[in-house]
Amino acid sequence: MSGPLLQVKSVETYYGNIRALGGVDVEVNSGEIVCLIGANGAGKSTLMMTICGSPQARTGSVIFDGQDITRMPTHEIARLRIAQSPEGRRIFPRMTVFENLQMGASLDNLKYFDEDVEKIFTLFPRLKERQMQRGGTLSGGEQQMLSIGRALMARPKLLLLDEPSLGLAPLIVKGIFEAIKKLNQTEGLTVFLVEQNAFAALKLSDRGYVMVNGQVTMSGSGKELLSNPEVRAAYLEGGRH
Amino acid sequence: MANMTNKRESAGGDLTARALREAMFAGLISLGLFFLFVGLKTDQNILNELVLVQRWGLLAIFVIVAAVGRFLMVAYVQPWSASRKAAKAEAVGIAEDRESFFKRNFTVIALIGLVLYPVLAVVLFGAQGSLKWVDNFGIQILIYVMLAWGLNIVVGLAGLLDLGYVAFYAVGAYSYALLSSYLGLSFWVLLPIAGLLAAVWGTVLGFPVLRLRGDYLAIVTLAFGEIIRLVLINWTEVTKGTFGVSGIAKASIFGIWSFDVSAPNNFAKAFGLPMSSAYYKIFLFYLILALAGLTAYVTIRLRRMPIGRAWEALREDEIACRSLGINTVTTKLTAFATGAMFGGFAGSFFAVRQGFVSPESFVFLESAVILAIVVLGGMGSLTGIAIAAVVMIGGTEILRELDFLKAVFGPDFTPELYRMLIFGLAMVVVMVWKPRGFVGSREPTAFLKERKNVSGSFTKEGHG
Repeated sequence: MSGPLLQVKSVETYYGNIRALGGVDVEVNSGEIVCLIGANGAGKSTLMMTICGSPQARTGSVIFDGQDITRMPTHEIARLRIAQSPEGRRIFPRMTVFENLQMGASLDNLKYFDEDVEKIFTLFPRLKERQMQRGGTLSGGEQQMLSIGRALMARPKLLLLDEPSLGLAPLIVKGIFEAIKKLNQTEGLTVFLVEQNAFAALKLSDRGYVMVNGQVTMSGSGKELLSNPEVRAAYLEGGRH
Repeated sequence: MANMTNKRESAGGDLTARALREAMFAGLISLGLFFLFVGLKTDQNILNELVLVQRWGLLAIFVIVAAVGRFLMVAYVQPWSASRKAAKAEAVGIAEDRESFFKRNFTVIALIGLVLYPVLAVVLFGAQGSLKWVDNFGIQILIYVMLAWGLNIVVGLAGLLDLGYVAFYAVGAYSYALLSSYLGLSFWVLLPIAGLLAAVWGTVLGFPVLRLRGDYLAIVTLAFGEIIRLVLINWTEVTKGTFGVSGIAKASIFGIWSFDVSAPNNFAKAFGLPMSSAYYKIFLFYLILALAGLTAYVTIRLRRMPIGRAWEALREDEIACRSLGINTVTTKLTAFATGAMFGGFAGSFFAVRQGFVSPESFVFLESAVILAIVVLGGMGSLTGIAIAAVVMIGGTEILRELDFLKAVFGPDFTPELYRMLIFGLAMVVVMVWKPRGFVGSREPTAFLKERKNVSGSFTKEGHG
């Protein structure tokens, strides 16, 4: 395959008149884990949402797998197998865990349904125990697992994770990050990750981007960024555990 | 042992004493409250003077009711509910497998009961006496069951609050009324057409409200319902305005037997039965039963199909739906159209049953009643909604029958007028007791291979 799987070219996104992203360039290659770190309000989640087409970029373009998806409606972007575990998890609270997973597979690959469910249950055994429980009654960590599991049910080419560690205990975050790593290594899943927890995210990732005020200010491999003094000062010192 | 019984006896004595004391307080409070409201009444006499009428008897009734009610509450109801609660807490866990036979087979029992209902009414009350039971209770309730099940698709499953549902009912009713009087088409031809037209209007309503949710959606749908009603009133050349369309043709049994008295293939004549209007009512009863059954069947089937699951997911979280590749536009439109279609079926049945339609039958209050039934029954639950319809519509019909109330409150007391008061009261009581309606729990639609027994405490809905 030629070129990166996902290419974000000088994208500007606005909320009304307020510019949230000012010319962002990001690339994600097939088989990579790439993370985007930055402070609150830097525009990380906006970039994630822009890739999914809601809101759409005002200028610039988003290219996935050689196809321009900048102006596509969200549900059609999802059908190109870009799966998202959105910020705040957004599982379906009144539906059971099993039904939530079923919703993730609502595209066309019912052939693989049983196999995929089994795969997710081996990845997150907690979900198997709780398959008949309503999504809303799960703990935060289990809901995050469910959200990732639901996204995986679509057999994604690219998995977008928006703050998977939000509000979770460090031990659970570690478990979830290990699961992501495992998926990446065994199945070559491409992951684009937005995180506040810079240390854990950079350690996990092949490459990383740092975002400040709607612009990418730094990029490099995970190791490079981890040892970069500016990054350390801004995001890592004191936050290390 | 003797000590214990002793203790219990003395506890019982304490309870009675406390109940008496509280009853006395309740009596005193109600005396103070109602002294001016009930005990004294200002009135005009024949000379147009203001006079004070004293109603001590009525005041005494109020006070006694309050005191006796409080006594019974404290002495019997409270200990009973406390012991029930304790028993329930003990029995939790094992209670799951011991669901009663009645509860497990509720649907089958209810269906058999409904099929036998007109027969039973005829046997018990005779052909003429059964009219009231089959028509006022049976058909009336089933129309609302069907309407509420139709609205349930929009409100209960897809989570789109629709306050103008009666508009589709009106579209269905007028489709049948007008097309049958102008073109002379039969009921069986017009039933699907009425449903189709209502579905089209459902889609028409759906388009402008696609981006709306919650309160905003409710207001626009409310306006839509009013627009349809105002069009029906003002488009006098076609709809005859407030006079309504009368003389609507009766339905026939698939065109084989007719219920027109003069027709050669009249049902009673064909079978050599004595003439009676009961046959037509009984036929209508089975017709609406079949239509309501169709609504339930389609709803149950759709819930297990991708489109039904998409509706439910849409109710839960629209953004998540989009990110999973669900087209929310078509999902919403199909929900509106499907719900409207069943409203249209019910509407054309309504026209055939009444033989007369006018815009007055399609006021906002009807939408509100249907929505109230859906909410009371528990959004999304077919059984709960059916129970709510029986309670609310059956209850208001029963009010007409309560002649003995006239003996209590005087001859000019008309219980029907208190319909809305009781309706409101019932809603408040149910919402306090069961905030999620009669059947608040959602039945899952998918299981891994076989259904596993999971303790009820996991799948049960939380309150609030």
